[in-house]
Amino acid sequence: MNYEAVIGLEVHVQIKTQSKVFTRVGAGFGHEPNTLTDPVVLALPGTLPVMNKAALDAIIKAGLLLGCDIAPICKWDRKQYFYPDSPKNYQISQYDQPICIGGLVEIELPGAARNVMGEHKKIPLTRIHLEEDVGKLNHHATDSLVDYNRAGTPLMEIVSEPAMHTAEEAFAYLTSIRNTMIYGGISDCDMEKGQLRCDANISIRPIGEKKLGTKVELKNLNSISYVRDGIAHEIKRQLAVVATGGTLIQETRDYDGVAGTSQSLRSKEMAHDYRYFPDPDLMPVHVDDAWKAELQGTCPELPFDKQRRFIADYQIPYTITSVLIPDRELSDFFEATAQLAGTGRAQVVGNWITNDLLRELGAAKLSLSASKISPANLAALIQQVDAGTLLNAAAKEVFATMFATGDTPAAIITRLGLAAAPTDAGELESWCRDSIAANSKALAEFKSGKESAINAFKGPIMKAAKGKANPKLVDETLRRLLAEA
Amino acid sequence: MLMSAPLHFQTIAELSAKLSVGQLSAVELTQAMIARTKAVEPRVHAFNSFDEADALAQAAASDARRRAGQSAGALEGIPVGLKDVIAVAGQPLTASSRMLANFVSPYDATVTQKLQSAGAVLHGRLNCDEFAMGSSTENSAFGPSSNPWDLTRTPGGSSGGSAAALAAGSAVATLGSDTGGSIRQPAALCGLVGLKPTYGLISRYGLIAYASSLDQIGPFARTVEDAAIMLGAIAGHDPRDSTSFKTSLPDYRAELKTRRGPWKLGIPKEYFGAGLDPEVGAAVEKAISFYRSQGCEIREISLPHTQYCLDTYYIIATAEASSNLARYDGIRYGHRTSSAKDLLDVYQKSRAEGFGDEVKRRIILGTYVLSSGYYDAYYLRAQKVRTLIRQDFLNAYREVDALITPTSPIPAFKLGEKSADPLAMYLCDIYTIGVNLAGLPALSLPCGFTQSGLPIGLQLIGQPFREADLLATAHAYEQAHGWNTQFPSL
Repeated sequence: MNYEAVIGLEVHVQIKTQSKVFTRVGAGFGHEPNTLTDPVVLALPGTLPVMNKAALDAIIKAGLLLGCDIAPICKWDRKQYFYPDSPKNYQISQYDQPICIGGLVEIELPGAARNVMGEHKKIPLTRIHLEEDVGKLNHHATDSLVDYNRAGTPLMEIVSEPAMHTAEEAFAYLTSIRNTMIYGGISDCDMEKGQLRCDANISIRPIGEKKLGTKVELKNLNSISYVRDGIAHEIKRQLAVVATGGTLIQETRDYDGVAGTSQSLRSKEMAHDYRYFPDPDLMPVHVDDAWKAELQGTCPELPFDKQRRFIADYQIPYTITSVLIPDRELSDFFEATAQLAGTGRAQVVGNWITNDLLRELGAAKLSLSASKISPANLAALIQQVDAGTLLNAAAKEVFATMFATGDTPAAIITRLGLAAAPTDAGELESWCRDSIAANSKALAEFKSGKESAINAFKGPIMKAAKGKANPKLVDETLRRLLAEA
Repeated sequence: MLMSAPLHFQTIAELSAKLSVGQLSAVELTQAMIARTKAVEPRVHAFNSFDEADALAQAAASDARRRAGQSAGALEGIPVGLKDVIAVAGQPLTASSRMLANFVSPYDATVTQKLQSAGAVLHGRLNCDEFAMGSSTENSAFGPSSNPWDLTRTPGGSSGGSAAALAAGSAVATLGSDTGGSIRQPAALCGLVGLKPTYGLISRYGLIAYASSLDQIGPFARTVEDAAIMLGAIAGHDPRDSTSFKTSLPDYRAELKTRRGPWKLGIPKEYFGAGLDPEVGAAVEKAISFYRSQGCEIREISLPHTQYCLDTYYIIATAEASSNLARYDGIRYGHRTSSAKDLLDVYQKSRAEGFGDEVKRRIILGTYVLSSGYYDAYYLRAQKVRTLIRQDFLNAYREVDALITPTSPIPAFKLGEKSADPLAMYLCDIYTIGVNLAGLPALSLPCGFTQSGLPIGLQLIGQPFREADLLATAHAYEQAHGWNTQFPSL
């Protein structure tokens, strides 16, 4: 019998806000343990939560980007369980009335080759709700320490329908969510910092069967490649159980990405009873149309829409867009530069960005916004090369200097003396005549229609000009003389 | 008011007048309170702790402000005691529980800050039932308080220490908290004015939560005027409490003189049935007659869902409590067992050792009613009944301005009399819990004494956020009677 896997993902995304979701203390990563705390975060006796509007704004925006319906009322519930990372021993969350309902996530599967766009699909969402993050336990030899810096960070949980069937789809789904959240400025989605986390619900069923099989929840998929590997591993495990006549049980399993194995955490019988009930400390919040419209106005173009537009409007290859698009800043930089560089130069702009700029950023360990490069300077550089006033080899050097200093290409070219030499027309013409006279074979070939034969004349001319002749002028002069010859 | 009342039995209004003319200093007044407290505290046990040096430092600061012409008003230099569930930075905050026996709050409650900016001298942490759960202070981990009118009896609860301290002359006014009657019942049992404001009028930030949707801080005072002064100091919207209400506040003290009857007063027939002590019933009837004699229209009304109040309360309050008290786990602060083998052991033993029986009883009950499979039958249904109970009151207010009932069905009972019978204890709140479920303001004021000399309380129940009317109605009665000029002999 042939089986198919059915996968649903629960993705947690930390929302990037100045302060925590229910109190004023700052939110952030990498601070000294327990410095981002206050009486509310530590759940001292008598403290009360107060909602951070920026967090609600962000999740509504996320919902709008993913095409969700936004609930008219934002209501809060308490999810109760005991664990030291949870200061109140309940988590403020949303149970029966999530703020975002439905929605679709567009994904792209791997193409036939790297330079070929893959198949696109839309994965339906069940819901997105807002909750507070918990603290972090650090286990030592004989004891465990808790750091509450993360506790109370706004966190949204994006729940998909069980609508994916392969690890690749899950991987593509997570990638798409990450790109969308980064585009919306909602989260940086850095998995190493725990800003994006993923649990997967996986089951298998005979192909053709409509009913879902026994579900296994896979936890701790802590990197984007663990998501792919962990799910693939779990599907294989389930198929193996069934193939050997075994029965799958409903359970939660922990994936160990380093070992590439998983083990059971708890079975269905041991599942928590979270005793959800409405949080009496927080009043429901009405979300009216004006509020939604205001947030709609802040929504950027979605990554896949932008990619389709780049390919159509700028005629650049898929490969370049697939480098540009995941990074909103980079793709905006491309677009600004391409518009300045002029018609038909978009691919050259794309090449500079995907080769030279990314290499320099990587070497300098800089983000684009922190670097000194600007679209105006890159466009000016490209125009200098196009005009023949700068040679390609020299352009690389100008770019590196421009990246390091932020100076205009014109200033750098002057300072470093890299301009293609202002050539005396008479001298250039005599070099050209000499070169043509010295190569009758190439002359014959050119005359018989072999266009590329013209390049054979250029080497001796450049040699005579010590490399500083304006190649455009050389080309023009040669063509004029060849026509006369 | 008799001019001969000793300093420790005088009102805010009287003492404030003396302070403002320099007849008395805040330090002298605080010293007198400390001396009185030392004299009576061994018999009353109203306090869990008392920081004498801190109180005197606050009093000296108050005197300095006054000398500099910066008196903050009627509460400037007045010693005020707080129930030990209200946070004061640098002071113990125990909720009368072993769980928090060594806990010191690093932050102030909003009411604490408000009283401080009103110039009050905050002294002492007042005893109560553990986590405000009880009606007698017998659930305090540190032992019960005694009723100054009869030391063998309870001052009521849960804010029993707040009532006992004021009745004994150890404070000029106090704050308590009222979840099902915890201010009004002890006020009645100790012959004081006790006000439970409308839910949302006073910030709960810094009040240890028992049942969040029912808890409300309120004052104990010797007179209605003093209660109005206290209310004015602590009321108002707080950005730290999402359930606090944005509303404009009247000058409660000034309004006492401007709001006059006659009022239309409702007598809910369900509040005068079986279980009401005859002497209490008679005193309340006399008070009703007084209002009638003043030209008030008295109308019998019905609150048909009254019979469900107790059940509804014990589902909602315990559900919220089971969640609110989950934070006391021995991990970050509070009692931690010394004999744990693993994490589960830390939770189980810390909580088993830290909480008393009544708290455990309510946590277990609350956990049960929220459990999967029981939620709809208990919690959800209780919330629906709660809506009906509130609607009963709102219907009544289409006909009348306020309601008159007894506060407690019985006067102060003997310590130990009901402590073995939780259900009998729960019945102490039979006339007060409906008000919390409906979120209404209500106050208790003295309306006489039993033949054996125990105070009797009258409850007036008002309309949401109309405390000024409620206080004026009570003031009219108080002006004509003066039960509060009698003091216990201690």
